Parts: sequence; structure tokens; C-alpha cells
Amino acid sequence: MKAITRNHEFWLAIVVMSMILATALRSPGFASPEKLAVIFNDSSMLIILALGQMVVILTRSIDLSMASNLALSGMIVALVNAAYPEIPVPALMLLATLCGLCLGAFNGALIWWIGIPSIVVTLGTLTIYRGSIFLIAGGKWVNADRFSEDFVQYTRIEFLGLPALSWYALAIVIGFFVLMTRTTLGRSIYAVGVNPNAALYAGINIGRTQFVAFCFSGALSGFCGYLWVSRYVIGSVEVAKGYELTIVAACVIGGISIAGGVGTVAGAVFGALFLGVMSNALPVIGVSPFWQMAISGAAIILAVIINASSQKKSRRLILRLDQDAS
Amino acid sequence: MSEPLLRLSKITKTFPGVRALHAVDLELYPGEVTALIGENGAGKSTLVKAMTGIYQPDDGEIFFAGRKVTMPTPHAAFQLGITAIHQETVLFDELTVAENIFLGHSPKGRFNLIDWPKMNANARLLLDDIGASHIAADIRLKDVSIANKHLVAVARALSVEADVVIMDEPTAALSHKEIEDLFSLVEKLKSDGKAILFISHKFDEIYRLADRYTVFRDGEMVGNGVLADTQQSQIVEMMVGRSVEQVFPSRAVEIGPPVLNVKGFSHPTEFADIEFDLHKGEVLGFYGLVGAGRSEVMQALFGMTPSTSGTITSNGQVISPKSPADAIKAGIVYLPEERGKQGVILDLPIFQNISLPSLSQTSRNGFLRMAQEFELARNYASRLDLRAASLSQHAGTLSGGNQQKVVIAKWLAIQPNIIILDEPTKGIDIGSKAAVHTFMGELVEQGLSVIMVSSEIPEILGMSDRVVVMREGRLAEVFDNDKSLTAEALIRCAAGIGEQAA
Repeated sequence: MKAITRNHEFWLAIVVMSMILATALRSPGFASPEKLAVIFNDSSMLIILALGQMVVILTRSIDLSMASNLALSGMIVALVNAAYPEIPVPALMLLATLCGLCLGAFNGALIWWIGIPSIVVTLGTLTIYRGSIFLIAGGKWVNADRFSEDFVQYTRIEFLGLPALSWYALAIVIGFFVLMTRTTLGRSIYAVGVNPNAALYAGINIGRTQFVAFCFSGALSGFCGYLWVSRYVIGSVEVAKGYELTIVAACVIGGISIAGGVGTVAGAVFGALFLGVMSNALPVIGVSPFWQMAISGAAIILAVIINASSQKKSRRLILRLDQDAS
Repeated sequence: MSEPLLRLSKITKTFPGVRALHAVDLELYPGEVTALIGENGAGKSTLVKAMTGIYQPDDGEIFFAGRKVTMPTPHAAFQLGITAIHQETVLFDELTVAENIFLGHSPKGRFNLIDWPKMNANARLLLDDIGASHIAADIRLKDVSIANKHLVAVARALSVEADVVIMDEPTAALSHKEIEDLFSLVEKLKSDGKAILFISHKFDEIYRLADRYTVFRDGEMVGNGVLADTQQSQIVEMMVGRSVEQVFPSRAVEIGPPVLNVKGFSHPTEFADIEFDLHKGEVLGFYGLVGAGRSEVMQALFGMTPSTSGTITSNGQVISPKSPADAIKAGIVYLPEERGKQGVILDLPIFQNISLPSLSQTSRNGFLRMAQEFELARNYASRLDLRAASLSQHAGTLSGGNQQKVVIAKWLAIQPNIIILDEPTKGIDIGSKAAVHTFMGELVEQGLSVIMVSSEIPEILGMSDRVVVMREGRLAEVFDNDKSLTAEALIRCAAGIGEQAA
């Protein structure tokens, strides 16, 4: 029981639920299943992206190029769909994911082989990927009327009351939960982040693990590229501009340590939900969007303070305890 | 004979659980070099820190020019005129040479701002004075070579009006030419009437420079005198003393055929021509002074240093480990010296620590099998008598000795042939030491072979079947550890003392 109440994810979940209930007091419809489904659907992409960022941050790196990667991959599938509407949408989803994977692998390769810090590499590719959108699209937008019907519908079809977009997010959450807790790769990712030196001596290739982490963040960014363009029915240079910082914010609020090695799938999900609920709740209770930025900023700092203070408690056990039994 | 300039009397310093210095005396005379000699851990560095105001002695008195003094801070020692050149130089790469020299006491001009022209000029004078006129005062330290950095550290030490100069293993990182330059500097300081304390492991340096000597052993002063009246063998005897009463487990293990053969193993800068073989069931000790290249050789064997040449044969097969993963596959594991930093992952549960290198055994197609993983961890934890409330608790909550057991369990779990232990008992208490020694005996009884890097002579003599001694990156000699091998012989060999001195 004590373990649960110490748990960052547990408290974050409580906070998210309290926010929903408090808003519901002002606006009764807010806690209805339909509205909750809308909130979850709104948060879906952020959840997916936060999971990708989480894997990278766990290995003591950061991927600032995710939003640009998303926009570039999204633009590519938008152009393909506009030019060849007969190509089935699942193939386009795969294409977007592969595009993102390649862009992520490029980041990862620079970090692994040349040893450039990830913040520098991805700061560079952030601009490069964003600029490439302008080049391949010739500066033009892909407007709503140029997309095929399927392209738009593949995020909207409802199943059991939830749109497809939400189902994609749920599937990826489950997949990542398995990845992080049940696979050797997940274990390696934590080991590299917590103590790279010890991981090295245990035979884990640190560079390769980071490379794989960037492949994940890239692939998820690419997949979200399709989701974004389909959901908002627009492809442009401006897509998701500045969103990389929202993704990092979701991770930090979710208790994922920027120093690496600490963080869970549940944390990333609730961090993203926190931001999703907030952006839905504040307009309902009549708070200006500028407050929204201030509140999410405060939440980040608060999350870090809470994490830092909870880590202080777990000091080394040097005294011999009498209840030394199993 | 003149009066001592600095006299330390009955200095005692205790750290929790360790008595680092016990009522030691030391006298430094103006215009003379006193050598401070002792094995690693004899208390030399602690004494230097007590002399420079970094540590406060628990007991004892310090007299400077006949007057009783205290040094509550390093700055107080500075003002008295005691200055030290430390083993590893503490300088700032991004500051200029002059700034480094005068950091903390730079000449001030108007408005109490730094007087740059004066500082640079003073730095110039100092550098010229120590024969470092080739170093510019206004370049950043990062553009200065390592040897020249050392000269900057010397200039910094002399930038205060110092009468007492302490040099803590100043030649450790220098080449021959640079050592010669340093020696002429010491001669000059001597003729200026400074009292110099010179700490070194190298007997040739000591005999060349020093007038007097003081020998420390286990935190006590065991002898001092005038060097010209003393034989090297007498000093070695003082360093070693009577053998420390420490019981090592006896074992009766049949030494089998060679399991590892290393030939012509070389690295461009760290070691060359290393040749040895390791037999099944053998404990092979590696002795040498700190910095002799023992750990470097072991890390290279473990695949961490790819740019090596030479042939490694393990069980009849030539192997060339390019990464720790390769070495582990070949059945070689390495327990590093700094277990906190490199061995045990404090923030992971115990069972995950133990299973980390064996994940391929406890997983299928990349998916973990938790039941097998726990089984493996439980098995090795109980074999090693690991005391923990639960295997799910973080390794950081364990005591040092139990953390060591986690590391050993983790390596045993991959069922290696060869286990390399780098300073396995450094910094752990006597009880845990005995447990590690017993455990090493068990390892070889189970048919493993052990390489033990150690700087503790009793441990080397008590545990090894054979002893490899390394000196300055090369293999100095391989001894059979029969009754005739003495601590003196090991120290002589490691320090490069010729036989003629006996």
C-alpha cells in the first residue's frame, strides 16, 4: 500500500481525475462518457508521441525533432494521397511510419556513430526536417479537398464508441507496456539510462540502445504524421510547430526523469492526459488560453519538485534492520 | 643541523571505521628534501591534506618555525607559506594560464578589479623562474600540453610566498625528459632554502633527490632518518613490516590445463607485450604500483579497448573480444574496481541486477520470462547468502558487502570460465573481505579460473597461485607463489629496484 501512495503515477492519476470532477462541478456534461471519449481522443496523439519521447529520455537523450519529423512524414503521405488516391490507406500509414523511422534512425546514427549529443543532433534535424517540408511541397499546402475519403475516415471510424484514433493510441500504449516491462530491450533501455557504466560492463551496447530508442521515437512520430494530417485534414509546413516541447512537457509531468532511467508507460500516458484534460477543461470554465500555458508550466515545475523530493527519501539503508526476514 | 621549519607531532586522524593516521611525526628542514615513503593506503595523502588545511587532525600539534599553528582552512595553510602540488592537478581548462596561477589571490587594481597586466607579468616571472619560459601566460589552459599543465600547477603552488613545498607523486604522469626538468626545479627550490616534502613510489627518484626519509605503514610512522646512511633494503623492510595477521582460506584445487593464453597483447599507449597464461582452477594475482596498467590490460581483455593487438586464446580458440558482450560470450567476466559506478545498478531491483547479463538465458525471442528470471536470481542470491528482505528491493538499499554479492551473483549467473576481479576487497570491511576470499576459493573449486588484480600484498600472497607483476605498462616478472616469494621481492620488482642494492 505504501508503495502505491509513493508512486508518482498514482498521484498524477488522482490529479487528472480531480481536474475532471472539479470541471464537472461547473459544467455537468464534462464527466459524461461521451465527453471523456472526446478528451481521450484529443489526447491520443500526445500519448503516442510522449511514449516515443519517453523511450528516448530513458536512455539519457532527448528528441527535439519529433514534431518536425511528424510534419514531414505527414506531408509525404498527404502528397502521395493527393497524387495517387487509389493507394490504400493502411499502406500510407506504413509509409508514414517508415518515413519517421528513417528520420529517427538518422538522428540515432549521428548520436551512435559520431557521438554528438542528442540535443544538438535533434536541434539540427528539427530545422532540417521542417525545412524539407517546404522543399518537397514547394511551399504549398495540401488542402482538405485533395484528400481521399478513406484517408480522412481512417482516424474517425467509431468502434465501441471510440474513434479509430483512440484505438491506435490504446494499442500502442499496450504495446509499449509490454515492451518496457516484458522484453530484454525494455530492460536494456532502463539499464542504460540508470547506469550506463554498469550496463556497458553487463555487455549492453549503449550506443545501439540509444539508436533503437530514436528509431522508436521516429517511427511513432511518422505514424502520428498520418494521424495528424488525417485528423486536421491539412498538410502544411506549419503542422505541429512547437509541439516538440509539449511532448517533452507531457513526459516531465508524467514523472519521467530528464536524467534518464526513471519513468513508466503509465507516467507518460497520464502526463499526456493531464495536458489533454487541461486544454479541454480551461475553456469550459472560462479561463483564457494564456493561463493554460502558465498552468502547464507550473505543472512541469511542480512535477519535478515532487519527484526530486520523493527521491530524497529513498536513501541508502546502512543500519541493520532487525526485521531482516523474508 | 638546523631546526626543522615545519614539525608535525603526534598527528592522529580517524575516519568512521578507519584510523588513517596514528600519532605520526614528520619534520621538514629548510633547504632539504624529505621523502615520504609508504605503500598505497599507508596514510601519505591524508597527511598531506592535514598539512594543507583540507583535513583537521583529531589530535596532535603542528609547529611552523617553532611556533604552534593551526590551519582551519586551506587558505590558512596558504598564508603560512605551505603549498602543495597534488597528484592530480586541479586546474581550470577554460581559464588562462595566468588566471590559473593566481586564482584566489590575483593582483587587484582600481575598484578592486583584477589588474590583468600585472597578473600576466607576474605569471611570466614565475614561469620563467621555474624554467617554463616556453609557456605563454595569456593562453587558455586547454591549449597547453599535459606536461606543461603540470608546470602551471607548479607555478601556481609557488605563486604564494611558500617556504614549504609538498609534492605528491609529481612524476606519475610525466615522461623522462619532463621528469628531468622537474628534478632541476626541485634542486633550485632546495637551493632557495625551501623545505620540500617529496612523495614518490620510485626509489631511484627518492635516492636522487631526497636528503631524508620518513616511512609510513598502516597510518603509523615506522622509521625516519638520513637517506645517505640507509640501504634500500632497510626501507623496503620498514614499508612491509612483519606480515599482517590475516588468515586466508587454504584450498586444495588441482591446477588444470591452460584456459586462457595471452601473447603479445599490446595497446598503443597503455601497455605492451603482455604475455601470460591462466590455468583451470588457478588464482592468478596481478600486482603493480597504481598506474602500472593492470586494469587497462583487464579492460582490454574484456573488450572495452578495441585498438589492441596480440593473440588471446581461450580454450584452444583464438578470440578477439571487440565489446564486453563478445567477452561475456567467450566466458570472460570482469568485476570492475568501482563497483558503485560500474558494477551494481543502485536504482534497479536486485533481481534485475543479477539477471542483466544473462537476459538471453531468461528470455525467449526478446521477451522476458519473469519466472525464470526470479528463479535465477533466487538461486544465486541464496548460494551467496545475500541478505535482503526481498529480491524486488532496489540494490541501493543494500550494504556495501551485500552489493558486492549482487555483482558476483550477476556474473556467476552467466556461468563464466574466467572471472577477473579488479581490487575485489578495496574499501570493504574485514568481515566482507574474508567472505570475498572464501568465495574466490569456491570459484576455483568449481573449476573457474580467477585473475585477481590487487594492490594489497598480503592479499596477493595469501590468495594467488602465481603472481604477475607489471611495471609501467609492461610485464616485469611472473612469480610462482611458493613459500619463497616475499613481499620484498614483489615491491622491488614493481618499483624497479635493482638487485645490486641488496
